[in-house]
Amino acid sequence: MSWQIFLDSLPELLEAALNTIKITCLAFLLASVLGLLLALARAAGGVVGRVARVYIEIVRGMPALTLLFLIYFGLVPMGIVLNSFVAAVVGLGLNGAAYLAEVYRSGIGAVASGQREAAQMIGLRRPQIMRHVILPQALPTVLPPMGNYAVSLLKDTSIASLISAPELMLRARDLAGTYYLPMDYYLLVGAMYLIMAWPMMRGVRALERHFARGRLQGGT
Amino acid sequence: MAEQATDGAADALVEIRGVDKVFGDTRVLGRVDLSVRAGEKVAIIGPSGSGKTTLLRCVAHLEKPTAGYVAIAGQRVGEKLVNGHWREMSDREIAQMRTGIGMVFQRFNLFPHLTALENVMLGPTRVLKRSRAEVEPLARDLLRKVGLAHKADDYPERLSGGQQQRVAIARSLAMQPKLMLFDEATSALDPELIGEVLNVMRDLARDGMTMLIVTHEMRFAEEVADRIVFMDHGRIVDEGPPGELFHAPSHPRTQAFLRAVLDRQTMADAS
Amino acid sequence: MNAWLTVWDLLPTLLLAAITTVEITIGAFIVAMLIGLLCAMLQTLGSRPLNALIGLYVDVFRAVPVLTQLFIIYFGLTEIGIRLDPLPAAIIGFGINGGAYLAEVFRAGILSVHQGQMEAAQMIGMTRLRALRIVILPQAMRVVLPPLANYAIGLLKDTSLAAAVAAPELMFRAKNLVDKTFLSTQIYLSVAVIYLAMSLPLSHLASLMEARLARGRQ
Repeated sequence: MSWQIFLDSLPELLEAALNTIKITCLAFLLASVLGLLLALARAAGGVVGRVARVYIEIVRGMPALTLLFLIYFGLVPMGIVLNSFVAAVVGLGLNGAAYLAEVYRSGIGAVASGQREAAQMIGLRRPQIMRHVILPQALPTVLPPMGNYAVSLLKDTSIASLISAPELMLRARDLAGTYYLPMDYYLLVGAMYLIMAWPMMRGVRALERHFARGRLQGGT
Repeated sequence: MAEQATDGAADALVEIRGVDKVFGDTRVLGRVDLSVRAGEKVAIIGPSGSGKTTLLRCVAHLEKPTAGYVAIAGQRVGEKLVNGHWREMSDREIAQMRTGIGMVFQRFNLFPHLTALENVMLGPTRVLKRSRAEVEPLARDLLRKVGLAHKADDYPERLSGGQQQRVAIARSLAMQPKLMLFDEATSALDPELIGEVLNVMRDLARDGMTMLIVTHEMRFAEEVADRIVFMDHGRIVDEGPPGELFHAPSHPRTQAFLRAVLDRQTMADAS
Repeated sequence: MNAWLTVWDLLPTLLLAAITTVEITIGAFIVAMLIGLLCAMLQTLGSRPLNALIGLYVDVFRAVPVLTQLFIIYFGLTEIGIRLDPLPAAIIGFGINGGAYLAEVFRAGILSVHQGQMEAAQMIGMTRLRALRIVILPQAMRVVLPPLANYAIGLLKDTSLAAAVAAPELMFRAKNLVDKTFLSTQIYLSVAVIYLAMSLPLSHLASLMEARLARGRQ
């Protein structure tokens, strides 16, 4: 790749990388909130709990790409036409929610049942118990997998290129096709993903170590 | 291959010469010299942290001495002479060398996914490449010898600590070693299970096996060993025949150690 | 309703494509297993520079999207004259990517086995390599199996990305059919159901294994 072409395409790629980050952040937000709702619904049981459970099983059992295609192409015959950016955020968010719901659930499950009973005995109501007793204690179990999810979400945004969402991978495909330099451009965006993901991976590892130490000191 | 370590006693099976071991900033062994004759039983005693176990692990080359060397039957353990320099042996050569050394660990280290019989047969079949048909009767013999013929098909988790340790001894013996190393073989056992393991070791001693025994069982050491070695702070402080060392120790540190230990054991016996 | 009848007619095509999905999954799984095992064993036995190199492979291939890796192998290599068919490209791409993941899984499994097992094996004359094979790995499998099953599920779903390099698998065929019939809702829903039919039994198996492992530990 000549330096001139490289320099010319850099602004485009950086702009696309910014979109990748936007999609990642928005989908993460959606997945975190929706995932929490799903986890709480599951914990509540009953019909709501069962619906949440079925949603989680189904979404976790199918590829994110299939979900993306269903949302972007599959809704069109019903008159719902989303732009590709929105479809990417919604699709990845819905997909991540099912994953994070399981993460939250195991986090909540990791808090000893005695905690719940003790909280009940001092007269806290269920939402209060969840907010003040269970969730704070679930954090060490929940944060590292959430970090891991954020890393894989960042990478998964690349599949939004297959519904033409204007992110990094799509721009790379355009440029690679235009100049017929597939190796150069794909290696280049590979490096760009690496630059974004690497610090996140380091961070998750540090988080894991931090909590592992805390658990040792705290005892069980 | 057979580089003679010439400065040792002529009939020594094991020669430990000037062995140092340093972990980070800590010197665990300092210039240890010790020879063991073929057929001799040497018990190594001393307070915990005195370097007994590390010394034994150096003999097995599970630890590499920082300085000095160990030789068995005139051959250096884990090192070979290349163009006039001693170099670390390859993994394969070290493995070959270890077939002549048996080691019994404090924590047994039986292979949990294999039955007692399979544990004993693993070395002869997979390392010595002998046929199962040939090895199995020998393995069953060894299990009988340690009193566990009826447990041949049990997995380690179904055996008591004492039984596991006896299987571990049989597993070592299956390789027909010239030398047996015992690293606190009874320290992890409940008191009522210690005797059965010591009995097996006693039988082995009677059969003429060369044994290097790290132990806290003073009475057993006195009964079985030809020589007692007392270690403290990584050095051999005192050594001699058991009668002398236990009943008329000359070195003040030996005296202090034995007084502390024997008091404790007498109290344990009384209770 | 008419549309669903049309989809019914298309079902054999989709099911046939699902077989290709399974083929890619199995092929990539085998490649990933081999690479992962090799890396983990080398890391256990190997020297420091080798360890650093494997660590780099693991980190880099886990930090870059698998789609990017697929594109490098399928499109990128053509730039230097190497032209792979979609199917082998997908198997190699997912295999190398999965190898990085499984290397970590196997390494954790090996580390979960007590060091004394290695020493006891060495003391009956085994080389470290043989001890690893005969004594350590069989014990590590207990810990390794559940994440291995989870990886297989993830892989099965990820193979849908092979559609982007024109591998004739489920997602690719579905897209073709949609282009012809415009029945996007029905066809993609059917595809989702087919993926579910393949992945749910696998995930059931994985949670069974996890439960057994948890029981075994107590």
